[in-house]
Amino acid sequence: MRRFALLLALSLAVTLTFLTLPIVAIFLDSSPAELVRSLGEPGALDALWLSLRTTAISIAIILLVGTPAAYLLATRSFRGRALIVTLIELPLVLPPAVAGIALLAAVGPSGILGGSVESAGIQLTFATAGVVVALTFVASPFYIRQAIAAFASVDRVLLDASRTLGASESRGFLRVMIPVALPGLAAGTALAVGRALGEFGATLMFAGSFEGITQTVPLAIYDRFSTEFDAALALSAVLVAVSAAILLSVKLVQGGRALSGWQVE
Amino acid sequence: MLTVEAGTRVGALELDVALEVPPGQCLALAGPSGAGKTSVLKVAAGLLRPARGLVQANGATWLDTARGIDVPAERRRCGYVFQDYALFPHLSACQNVAYPLRELPRRERRDRALELLGRFGLAEKADARPHTLSGGERQRVALARALARKPEVLLLDEPLSALDARTRAGAARELAGVLRDSESPALLVTHDFAEAAQLGDRVGVIDAGRVVQEGTPSELAAAPRSAFVADFTGAVVLTGTARGGPQGLTKVELDGGGVVTSTDAGDGPVAVSVYPWEIGIEPAGEAPHGSAQNRVTAEVLSRTTVGNRVRVSLAGPQPIAAEITLDSAERLGLRAGAMVTASWKATATRLVAI
Repeated sequence: MRRFALLLALSLAVTLTFLTLPIVAIFLDSSPAELVRSLGEPGALDALWLSLRTTAISIAIILLVGTPAAYLLATRSFRGRALIVTLIELPLVLPPAVAGIALLAAVGPSGILGGSVESAGIQLTFATAGVVVALTFVASPFYIRQAIAAFASVDRVLLDASRTLGASESRGFLRVMIPVALPGLAAGTALAVGRALGEFGATLMFAGSFEGITQTVPLAIYDRFSTEFDAALALSAVLVAVSAAILLSVKLVQGGRALSGWQVE
Repeated sequence: MLTVEAGTRVGALELDVALEVPPGQCLALAGPSGAGKTSVLKVAAGLLRPARGLVQANGATWLDTARGIDVPAERRRCGYVFQDYALFPHLSACQNVAYPLRELPRRERRDRALELLGRFGLAEKADARPHTLSGGERQRVALARALARKPEVLLLDEPLSALDARTRAGAARELAGVLRDSESPALLVTHDFAEAAQLGDRVGVIDAGRVVQEGTPSELAAAPRSAFVADFTGAVVLTGTARGGPQGLTKVELDGGGVVTSTDAGDGPVAVSVYPWEIGIEPAGEAPHGSAQNRVTAEVLSRTTVGNRVRVSLAGPQPIAAEITLDSAERLGLRAGAMVTASWKATATRLVAI
């Protein structure tokens, strides 16, 4: 019994060390002053700003379109629903390089819709808009999957109650379903933000890597790591900090809800 | 006046009902779970669309499948109290009650909600979230919310079943008061006949999707038209075979042994029903006294004290329950295992053909 407890503790210690050591190393490998100085180099802040901008735009698109879609899938049952959910989840398991190729084949210059995209005056490849498309493609399933689960776990009788109280379904959706599902929606948003900020393969293949235009932080890190390792480290440290902040804020939101108790209802 | 007619399949249940509730009256639909009670409310509210149906409230047609009319739920003025109240967990009690008051300006909305909460003695809980309220308080918030829009029809789904026994008595009195003051027709469903009898002006017993008998509570209890209704109203039901006897009395040979007499007519297989409080108990083997003609020897299984009465469960050829005063139970020294004679009058014995 005693020995088993020891084994459990040991496996936890190994897991923790393995997962945290590399992250801690980012901050220990060079001095803080060095990190701050590297961030000031041309291109570094551009990459950071581009990453935040493209992530914000793609998350806005995902929330705006994905939330009603997830609500529909969570509240209606119809033929082919399971198939649709599976198709939506497919990009989750797609290798990023495949996602990049898929986007090129669809809306790239010689893709099946390439002509119509071009004649509409939109340039995606080698353009910031292309980054947004790549991020949206890989990140949206993370949000939608979580959002479906969040809506499905809300007791449907609340929506019925809302209707008998004179509210149309759209009002019930905005005033009841979204607020009650909020902790789940926030968790899904955090997952999507994390995925979008870290996106590398699909962006590289579909939008390319041009400083200030399509070079997001992960691409900038890749661009620098063989020549300016300190700069790559500094950008990595920033991504770690941003990701940790996202994770922490979600935990706080959910913890706060749990403490105020209403999701336990 | 509320009219609800519905014929539809709900899962495995074939629902087929036609009900009318006059203004200011409450019809209580009572029946076991799965009988289709909640489905009737949902049809009335527009939350369930029947294959064939008609819903009319105070002259307005809300649903008429024959004419293709189906007013959406949000435009039927129903005050619906859901079984577990369905309060919005992210809103305070006051915001819950104000939710349906969208037509009013923001300021008036809160005032009106506070006024309603005050009527139910909840003014101090206005800013509390539902999960911090007790069961009885939640029930009152749900009632206040359902009444906020001045509904044309009140629909109540097991309004008391989520409450503990102690809270229930007070809540039932309060609800009875609300129903008395209300001028709208009310439809209430419950699985408890006593609750239906307390809150309904009339009671409809519903079984397997059909209303098997409708009447005042005392009509149902005094003249149940089927064994199901008799059993449901709380009577002891015994089965046997009837044959006519002298002086208009019917003799029933009970399944498992014993003979009882009834003033009801009957022939062939019957259900014999008698209310537990009509049954007296005396030690077995004593000479019969009094006018009770029906005597069955049985063993005491258990005794349960309910207030100043004792419910005695007996194992005869068929199970029997008797309700006697605490005094008599003490005097008889009733214990589990004791042999007793249960007796009741032929006039208290109802017969229904089965």
